[in-house]
Amino acid sequence: MKHRKKISLIAGACMVLSLVASSIVLHRTDQLRPQATLDEVLFLNSPKVIKRASLGFDGLVACIYWTRAVQYFGSRFRYAEPNYSLLAPLLEITTQLDPHLVVAYDFGSTFLASKQYGAGEPERAIELVNYGIQNNPDNWRLYYDLGFVYYMELKDYKSAAEAFERGSRVPNAHPFVKILAAQMAQHAGEYQTARMLWSATFQTTHDKQIKQSAFEHLRALRVDEDVTHLQDGVTHFGERTGRLPASMAELLAAMGLDRVPVDPDGNPYKLTPEGRVEVRVPDDFAFATKGLPPGYKPPPKAHAQF
Amino acid sequence: MAAIEILGLEKTYKIGFWRKRPKHALYPLQLTVEDGEIFGFLGPNGAGKTTTLKLLMGLVYPTAGSARILGREWTDPSVKAQIGFLPEQPYFYDYLTAHELLEYYGQLSGVPAKQRKQRVDQVLHQVGLRDVQGLQLRKFSKGMLQRVGIGQAILHDPKLVFLDEPMSGLDPMGRREVRDLMEELKHQGKTVFFSTHILSDAEALCDRVAIIHKGELRGVGRVEDLTSTIQGKVEIIWQGTQVPAAIKAMVAECHVSGDRVRVIVEENQQDMVIDILRRERQRLVAVIPVRTSLEAYFVEKLRRAETTAGSTI
Amino acid sequence: MRARIAHIASNTFREAVRDRVLYNLIAFVLLLSGAAVLVGQISIEIEKLVVINLGLTAVSLFGVVIAIFIGIGLVSKEIEKRTLYTVLSRPVRRWEFIIGKFFGLAGTLVVNTFFMAIGVFGALFYVSHKFVRADALILVALYFIILEFIIICSLSLLFSSFSSPLLSAVFAFSLFVIGSFAEDLRNFAGMAHGMSRWLATGAAYVVPNLSAFNIISSIAHEQPVAGQLVLQNTLYALFYASMALSGAVLIFERRDLK
Repeated sequence: MKHRKKISLIAGACMVLSLVASSIVLHRTDQLRPQATLDEVLFLNSPKVIKRASLGFDGLVACIYWTRAVQYFGSRFRYAEPNYSLLAPLLEITTQLDPHLVVAYDFGSTFLASKQYGAGEPERAIELVNYGIQNNPDNWRLYYDLGFVYYMELKDYKSAAEAFERGSRVPNAHPFVKILAAQMAQHAGEYQTARMLWSATFQTTHDKQIKQSAFEHLRALRVDEDVTHLQDGVTHFGERTGRLPASMAELLAAMGLDRVPVDPDGNPYKLTPEGRVEVRVPDDFAFATKGLPPGYKPPPKAHAQF
Repeated sequence: MAAIEILGLEKTYKIGFWRKRPKHALYPLQLTVEDGEIFGFLGPNGAGKTTTLKLLMGLVYPTAGSARILGREWTDPSVKAQIGFLPEQPYFYDYLTAHELLEYYGQLSGVPAKQRKQRVDQVLHQVGLRDVQGLQLRKFSKGMLQRVGIGQAILHDPKLVFLDEPMSGLDPMGRREVRDLMEELKHQGKTVFFSTHILSDAEALCDRVAIIHKGELRGVGRVEDLTSTIQGKVEIIWQGTQVPAAIKAMVAECHVSGDRVRVIVEENQQDMVIDILRRERQRLVAVIPVRTSLEAYFVEKLRRAETTAGSTI
Repeated sequence: MRARIAHIASNTFREAVRDRVLYNLIAFVLLLSGAAVLVGQISIEIEKLVVINLGLTAVSLFGVVIAIFIGIGLVSKEIEKRTLYTVLSRPVRRWEFIIGKFFGLAGTLVVNTFFMAIGVFGALFYVSHKFVRADALILVALYFIILEFIIICSLSLLFSSFSSPLLSAVFAFSLFVIGSFAEDLRNFAGMAHGMSRWLATGAAYVVPNLSAFNIISSIAHEQPVAGQLVLQNTLYALFYASMALSGAVLIFERRDLK
């Protein structure tokens, strides 16, 4: 009896001490090899090789790489001059191991593309998201992500509009995507497309606010179109005469129009002495991209609706 | 000095996975085995014999109680060098040969290297395995394994040997040999404690026996003492073909075969029957006292235990 | 005491050898020589990389499989077959039995690794026709692999002391896989908050940390190994094995051998 108790006591003490000692050693080893797991990305950077090496457990390994990617980003984010060179390969490995891991595309599109908060590699982000769309064509979020990279980082409104528009056609897409597509198209000057998208939104939505917003946008679109048309007239006039038209009447005469064009509210457009075509009441057309006084800021309420 | 003193050893297992209920494998056991005797531990299968042996070997820990072996606390590691143990239906490392196995056990028992070789050879000879000592144990029959088991139990020349069912799996020749071996051990002054459910073995060998049933001790004593507690009978055989009427009246049945008649009567009727036979001028062939066998005692004990369930005898 | 442990260890080794465990070497040599001949036909430089990567990975996997499959039966099989009864009824303490079994298995693996190492160097010589100084790094990798085996041995022995062979195998393999990603687990623990952080950190330190032992890909690229890492990995393996063995003793010492 006594003997057995003694052995148990010694073994128990030995176990606890060994656990503590091994934890201390482990802690020190971790300090010795910072980012050690990431080193293998440098050696094994072919997703195909890793896929083979995962022996069919790609899902699990993808999750591990995904965690590593997040971990890597998180640890780099704190540096004064972060270097995200491994972020793209980590995400590429992750998504090739598990092409349906949508969160990886989401994350990648934001932090891989962003110059301010991330790696600043929008082209690789676009590549990544396109790969995601290829594998998950029914997920509207990916089109949305793609559109955002074009919009935010590349200021390519046309491609952004195209991406949002493709996304809006996916079944169950959030109606918001269509709205974004319309907005991008408007920004890009694709008024036809924009009108079509806003009209579709106006007719299909059941949400009062969205309907109202669509209506406002359609009105703003007309302003955009009218102003563009009139402004082209001003430019044309300038090229021909070497001066600005003195009044709206002179402009209309030069353009061969017999009536003063009016905005959707029935107010005629005005011509400023600087040769700019503007609406009478800017607050009524807060969504317009043209025809507003320079430096115009819409009232907060209007801004809240997209 | 007593070789084994069991002081209230007790084992209760918890069985069942969910709602554990206690199962008494062994009720508190008090038992003393004297130095130099062959002690039989009797009981039907599942009575608690193996549990008792495992408790004594330290393979299973008791719920309560203790024991002293060879005068020392039974958990004292030094005790183990002086005892030998044959488990029930022994099984050994089958990749070893008999010689290698005994060599290994000799090492573990601390037999000095110089004597080991000689001792292994001697034991192999003793248990009749010398001719197959180079054969791997996987090729051994059950009876041969039993011999290996006995060999390993006596290998280190222990003072006390525990044998769990040593005769099982052996042919009549083998049983005879094991019996002789046990008597030889006794002759060498060693103590043998063996369990069995075969009563004739115990009857022929043991100085004393203990009877255990359902984890409880039912009786301990010398074989003669236990058997004489029941009145003896006498078998009387004479030459003839007829049974005198006077005898017929006395006995329940008589067997006539050829020219012999055989009757069994109570001991106190013996003289009367012989007188009658003399008077009838029959030729007496034999008068044999029929001692109640241990088996009869055993059956009786168990029967009584069943009827007065729970009471100890 | 020491003599008894040594006898138990050598008997365990003998069992493994007679169970034809070392036959795995044949499969290993076939695999490696096949690979060496094949990559000999591929471009220069990468053939050495392939032989080192493949060779060392095979050494490690073969060894882990052997460690687990022998380890899980070391105690439970002896209880099941009742061979343990005649051992423990001798002046052998239960902890001596556990320690002896451990050394026997570890010895088997060291011998096995030794022969496989010869195979790796042979294949390396076949493809590059010479040895360079950096090849000594392979010895470090092999040393780490042996340390890894020691950890796996102790763990499978631990499971064997209370569980059936099948369950032990499942436990040991899971811990091997988890252990290979232990660094990720610790990173993950660092990201968690509150209660789950404590639990994950605890788990991350209790599971074997095997990732620090895997330097195969870096030495294949002739990256030097810090002396500090060699020292710390050695200490870690010893402490970890000591922990697992203490656990095995603790459990086994209390067990009824029914």
